[in-house]
Amino acid sequence: MAGSMKVLVGCKRVIDYAVKIRVRPDKMGVVTDGVKHSMNPFDEIAVEEAIRLREKKIAGELIAVSCGPKECGETLRTALAMGFDRGIHVEINDRQLYETLTPLHIAKIFAKLVEKEKPGLVILGKQAIDGDCNQTGQMLAGLLKWPQASFTSKLSIDGDWAHITREVDGGLENIKVALPAVVTADLRLNEPRYATLPNIMKAKKKPVDKVDPEQLGVDLSPRIHIIKVEDPPVREAGVKVDNVDELIDRLKNEAGVI
Amino acid sequence: MSSLIWRTSTRLFASTTISHRPCKSNHVTSLLNKFSTDNGSATPLQVFSEEESMMKSTVRRFAEDRIKPLVREMDESSKMDENLLKSMFDAGLMGIEVSPDYGGAGMSFMAAILAVEEVSRIDPSVAVGMDIQNTLCCTMMTRFASEELKEKYLPQLATRYLGAFALSEDTSGSDAFALKTTATRNGDDYVINGSKMWISNSEYAGVFFVFANVDLSQGYKGITCFLIEKDTPGLTIGPPIDKLGLKSSSTCPLFFDNCQVPISNVIGDVGKGYKYCIELLNEGRIGIAAQMIGVCQGALDLTLPYIQQRHQFGKSILEFQSVAHQVADMLTQLECAQLLTYNSARLRSYGLPFVKEAAMAKYYSSELAAQLTRCCIDWLGGVGFTRDFGVEKFYRDAKIGTIYEGTSNIQLNTIAKYALKDT
Repeated sequence: MAGSMKVLVGCKRVIDYAVKIRVRPDKMGVVTDGVKHSMNPFDEIAVEEAIRLREKKIAGELIAVSCGPKECGETLRTALAMGFDRGIHVEINDRQLYETLTPLHIAKIFAKLVEKEKPGLVILGKQAIDGDCNQTGQMLAGLLKWPQASFTSKLSIDGDWAHITREVDGGLENIKVALPAVVTADLRLNEPRYATLPNIMKAKKKPVDKVDPEQLGVDLSPRIHIIKVEDPPVREAGVKVDNVDELIDRLKNEAGVI
Repeated sequence: MSSLIWRTSTRLFASTTISHRPCKSNHVTSLLNKFSTDNGSATPLQVFSEEESMMKSTVRRFAEDRIKPLVREMDESSKMDENLLKSMFDAGLMGIEVSPDYGGAGMSFMAAILAVEEVSRIDPSVAVGMDIQNTLCCTMMTRFASEELKEKYLPQLATRYLGAFALSEDTSGSDAFALKTTATRNGDDYVINGSKMWISNSEYAGVFFVFANVDLSQGYKGITCFLIEKDTPGLTIGPPIDKLGLKSSSTCPLFFDNCQVPISNVIGDVGKGYKYCIELLNEGRIGIAAQMIGVCQGALDLTLPYIQQRHQFGKSILEFQSVAHQVADMLTQLECAQLLTYNSARLRSYGLPFVKEAAMAKYYSSELAAQLTRCCIDWLGGVGFTRDFGVEKFYRDAKIGTIYEGTSNIQLNTIAKYALKDT
């Protein structure tokens, strides 16, 4: 008997973590053409957690959502190949528009999808490895007026409640949140499975619905204006000093920090 | 679905609906449209379908996460890690082309070739077992075995145990059909007597595909393929041979002493074994080519970053023009090898003649792998010679490429024969 809770998971297509990032010659972004992309690693963890909930017979239908150009279809297929049932592709083909999307835009899109799909749980990765914003989950919870549990490293569902362990600066925090809720996945939540080859083939038959953000009534016009993108400064070698006096002297007179 | 395929010089044009496997991927369809001409359309050989791309990604990750940490240990102990084998089965890597009805992934031949290449990039010793499993054993079952045999053994081959392809003997390598193992009919059984040599996967195989002759007076026309289960009385697996490379792949002699096999375990028809063998090995050749290009890539993955970081006389090794030229030359040849391999795989997938191209791919890739890995060690200098660095393993592993599944000289014979035929 399958579980009945519908779970919605966000899957962002990002540049693969192993790729060496290069700034574009026009200094307005990074090179993405021809560069290997994959699903945001924290989103993979979110996908895995949802599948485990279904294996525990708590979750029922698993829906993957991705916002972006047509290549996001590949990201959704990966989620389907890992075991999800259905994909929703919010298609944004205007490249410049896509580059100025921020977590608030995405959160608004997700809020509209949640209104439509009515999931019992939304799991997002804690942050994307390109933007590193760590905002979307929290904003979504705010828009929906739902409870949120970010930096989740342990999740268990008990009826209408979710028991969460969060990784925070001071250590581990245990909380209980009422469902429906937004959870963001942290690194140690689980280890994602591989999409087996038979499942990759089965994924071809699973549906992916295309959604136009305008249909959702979300305003995607940019809130930011990219002025310049450049490499971080080259790290300089450290300097060894012989004694404390020299340290203080250098901190004061060379580095100018004291 | 019908397809229009015709060949013009070395380019292959196909209509957008490809034989019986229509590609539903938007991405590839748009690419196919992009390259559309009035006569049809073509895609570059290195453009893959969506599921081929997904498969490559998943296999690459699997290889990096699961295989890589074990490579050194398996090479030094000359043993395959059994947990690794199991996880390869779980991932669906052992029955790539097998129909889902039998527990396989139902993917294309090209997908199997790409998977072998990805695994070889990390460990060609693990890859050879996977290659034999997919291109020889599973294909043998799917194409030539009876429905009963398929139902009994294909799911096992796809999900549980390895098969071994037992053709070569002590006195018959290149001259494969001079094999001396006999199969004598005795009521409802055949009794097998003889021995086999150089049989890969032996220690981990659940079944053996054994080629024996039912009537030596008929020469090769008596050769028949028997499916023999591991614990069959009369079958003894000899100790593994200690080799230069591919050490974790168990290569053993087999001994048959009045080994009884039911006639229902004959694969296909009696006396047709030689035919099946030729057909399978023509395809298996492409798998070896894929393994060899994987070896090249794996060696370069370790070498190129190093020679960019290492500086002598104020510049990186790669900045010295002589080195840069050698690297450029090897990269060009690797590109050729890859294209030869992919093209022969596509030809085979499309049901077009591919024997000559497969021989060329195997010959070229294996000779290149031996040379390229040697060059890598030269470029690396002293560290290239160390076990720790990892390139010397590729150097050792590469050597068998020019020898097994048809030596380079045999490939050249094949290619020359086709040259004669074509003129």
